[in-house]
Amino acid sequence: MELLIILLSLGAFFCLYRALQGPSISDRVIAVDIMGIIFTCITALMALRYNIAYLMDLSITIAILSFIGTLALAKYLEGRSLDD
Amino acid sequence: MISILGWIFIVVGVIFDLLGCLGLVRFPDLYNRMQAATKGVTLGTCGLMFGVFLLKGFNVMGIKALICACFILLTMPVAAHALSRGSLHFGIKMWHKSIIDKYGQDKFGKNLIADNPDEEKQ
Repeated sequence: MELLIILLSLGAFFCLYRALQGPSISDRVIAVDIMGIIFTCITALMALRYNIAYLMDLSITIAILSFIGTLALAKYLEGRSLDD
Repeated sequence: MISILGWIFIVVGVIFDLLGCLGLVRFPDLYNRMQAATKGVTLGTCGLMFGVFLLKGFNVMGIKALICACFILLTMPVAAHALSRGSLHFGIKMWHKSIIDKYGQDKFGKNLIADNPDEEKQ
């Protein structure tokens, strides 16, 4: 279990490298989005490990926030406003 | 038996997540990176959540894991598609060894392919 969480953290460090290094702005946005999904996985594994049910609520919340942020930045890049 | 199946789902999901993040580092341009990352991470996360559901069964944590898997399966491709369309309209070029760009020819009348490697980094 701890080994799986360490492997997921290694993946989050890969995403952090792309978010710091990435040539264009879309690289940074997709790297932060993928990092949010990796944090969702880590939170689910922690809920399974320590047997706490409300950590799964936190996992769903992180997924929703990551989706909304990515969608808002995508519409901003396309040059439209949010209610368009 | 079902517990062993759940652990297999979780380990395969973690491996898919790790390979998706490795693709985010190693692929040459934005569209390749986005494809590798979103496909691998979507399948890996859904596998992990389904493994948690198999381990915990029909109680609070298992049902929430199933809801999270369905939500990620629905929203992750939508976000990736919106971001790739937005970055095409923003003007980010493809890899310089790409062959053809049908969407750019259809919408803008020209290929959106970089001429040299420096043109991808803007």
